[in-house]
Amino acid sequence: MIRTEELLLNVGPQHPSTHGVFRIVVKLDGEVITEATPVMGYLHRGTEKLAEQLNYTQIIPYTDRMDYVSAMTNNYVLVHAVETMMNLEIPERAEFMRLIVMELQRVASHLVWWGTYLLDIGAMSPFLYAFRDREIIINLFNELCGARLTYNYMRVGGVKWDAPPGWLDKVRDFIPYMEGKLREYDKLVSGNEIFLARIKGIGRYDAATAIDYGLSGANLRCTGVDWDLRKAEPYSLYNRFEFDVPLGQNGDCYDRYVIRLEEIKQSLRILKQAHEQMPSGGETMGKVPRVIRPPAGEVYVRIESPRGEIGCHIVSKGKAEPYRLKFRRPSFVNLQILPKLLVGETMTNLITILGGVDIVVGEVDC
Amino acid sequence: MSEEKDEGQKPEEKVKASAESPETPAAAPTSAEETAVSAGSATLEKEPEAAGGSEPPAADLEREAKLKAAAEARAARAAAKEAANAGGAAAPEASADPEREAKLKAAAEARAARAAAKEAANAGGAAAPEAAEPPPPPEPSPKQPQLDAIAQLIRSLVHEEALEDAYINEMSRHMPTIIVKNEHWLKAAERLKQHEELDFAYLRNVSGVDYETHLEVAYHLVHLGSGRELAVKVKADRSDPVVASVTPVWATANWNEREIYDLLGITFTGHPDLRRIMMSDDWVGHPLRKDYEPLDSEV
Repeated sequence: MIRTEELLLNVGPQHPSTHGVFRIVVKLDGEVITEATPVMGYLHRGTEKLAEQLNYTQIIPYTDRMDYVSAMTNNYVLVHAVETMMNLEIPERAEFMRLIVMELQRVASHLVWWGTYLLDIGAMSPFLYAFRDREIIINLFNELCGARLTYNYMRVGGVKWDAPPGWLDKVRDFIPYMEGKLREYDKLVSGNEIFLARIKGIGRYDAATAIDYGLSGANLRCTGVDWDLRKAEPYSLYNRFEFDVPLGQNGDCYDRYVIRLEEIKQSLRILKQAHEQMPSGGETMGKVPRVIRPPAGEVYVRIESPRGEIGCHIVSKGKAEPYRLKFRRPSFVNLQILPKLLVGETMTNLITILGGVDIVVGEVDC
Repeated sequence: MSEEKDEGQKPEEKVKASAESPETPAAAPTSAEETAVSAGSATLEKEPEAAGGSEPPAADLEREAKLKAAAEARAARAAAKEAANAGGAAAPEASADPEREAKLKAAAEARAARAAAKEAANAGGAAAPEAAEPPPPPEPSPKQPQLDAIAQLIRSLVHEEALEDAYINEMSRHMPTIIVKNEHWLKAAERLKQHEELDFAYLRNVSGVDYETHLEVAYHLVHLGSGRELAVKVKADRSDPVVASVTPVWATANWNEREIYDLLGITFTGHPDLRRIMMSDDWVGHPLRKDYEPLDSEV
C-alpha cells in the first residue's frame, strides 16, 4: 500500500480563480480535499461603519463598490429601502429606467460569470466572446451615467439622469443581437463533451441543504426551489411583465450553468416588454425633501440581484444618516456552503465548484 | 475583478462635476451684463412661446434649455477671453461683435425658458401629490392575525413569558416582529423552524445593532412558498453580551454570527467556530460598536 501524507495547501488570495482576493486553505490527502477553510476579509472596507457617518445619497457610491459586477442592483436596494421607509412615490419613467438598467445589469453580470467560469475551467475564447458582448452594455451605461462599473445612478426618489436621445433604441437593438449571441454560446460551449464532463454532477446538494444554508439566486433554484424575489415578493414593476423563472433539478454545477444562461434570455424578455411599455416622457425624480431624513424606525427590504437575495436593513433615528445599515450580501451567504461541498472533491473540482457559486469578493467582504 | 481599482475614482469625479455644472450657465450672463439689455427684446418675444407651448414635457424643455445655456455660456466665456486678450479696447469691440451678441441673446432666452419651465413644473408637481395623499389608515394591520397566531404558538410551545413584545412594523411592509427573551431564544428558534404551523426554514438575514443601551440581534425569517415573514429580535446586555447561537438550527447563521461577533462583540454560545471573520485575528475592539475607538488612530 502506498503511504500518503496530508498536505496543507493555500489557495489565494491572489489566485485568479478565486475571483478577487479570496483565500481558501485546503487539506489534501493525495488529490482529495479532506478539509477546506475559507479565509476572507482582504477586501473588507467597513462600508457599514462608514455609512453611519454619511447621508443616504452619499452612501449610494459605496454600494457600487460592494458587488462591482452588479452595481445597479446594489444602488436599487439602498434607495428602495429608504423609499420604503419614507413611503415615497416614484415617477413611472424613473421606475422604468431603474428596471431597464437592472435587467441590463443582470445580463452583463451573468456574461461576466459565464466568461470567467469557462476561463476557470480552461476555455479561453468564451471569455473573449462574453466580454465583447458585455462591453455593449457597459457602453450603454457609460453613455447613461458616465461610468463603466461604478454607476452611482439611482437616487432616493428616482434616477439621476434620464435616458439620452436614442439610448432606449440602442437597448432595443441590443435584445435581438444578444439573443443571437446566446445561440452562438450554446453552440460553442453548452454541448461540449469535455465541458459537460467537468460540470455535470459536480457540487451537488439538495433543496433542504440549500434552504438550510440560506442560499439564494441560481444556487437555490438549481435544486428546484421556485424562489425568485421578482416573482415571489414583487418589487419595482416586475409584476407587469411576463417572464419565467428557470429551475433545475439536480442541484449541480450544470444546472446552475443552464439557469444563468436561461436567466439572460428571460431578462431580455423583460427588457423587450419594458421598452414597449415605457412612458415616452415624464419626470425622473419624484418629490423628495432636500434633506433625506427617514422617520425613526427600521426596515428590511430585499431584491433579486444576479447572485441572489440582496437585502438592506436600516435602523433610523430620524437623522440624515442611518443609525445602523446592514447589507445582506448574497455572495457572503452563498459561499458558506463551500467547505461542505469541497470535502471529498479533487483540486480541479474546487475551481469548478467555487466558480459555480458565482461570488464577487467585494460583496463577500463588504 | 481587477477592473474595480481602475474605475474606483470615477463617481467622486462625477459628483464634483455635477456640483459645478449649475454654475456654468450662470457664469455667462454676469460676464456680459451690459449686453443683456439688448437681448431683452428678444427674450420677451420668445418667452410666451416657451411658456405657452407646454406640449413638450416641462422636464425636456428645461433640460434642453439647460444644455443650450451651458453651450452658450462656454462659447461666451471663450469669446470674452479672446476679447480680453485683444487689449484695452476689448469691451466695446466685443459688444459690437455681432456673433457674440447673438450668443448672449440666446443665453438669455434659454434662461427665460428654463425659468418658465421650472415654474410650470412646480405648479404641476405641487398639485398632484396633495390630491393623491390618502388619509392614514386607522384599521389594524392585515398581518395582525398572523402575528397573534405566531405569538400565541411561541408562548404555548416555549414559555409563557418567552416574548417580551410582539408588534407589527408598519414601516417595513407590515412586518410581524417579536422580541424573544434572551434565555428562551434557542428553544424558540427550534420551534420556529420545526413546528409545522410556523415552518420558518429559511433564515434570510441576521443583523446586529448597537442601541447604546443594549445590543440587539435581529433575525429575518421567511417561509419559502407562501412568503410569510417574521422578524425576531433578541436583546443582549451591553457589558457582557451573550446570545445563544442558532447555527445548529439554521446552518446559514454560522458566518452571520461570526460577523456579528467580530464587528459588535456579541458572544454566541454553542457556535461551532466563533472566530473573527472580517477583521484580522489580532484586531482590538469591535468596530461597529458606537463607542468604538481605533487602537491605532492612524489606521
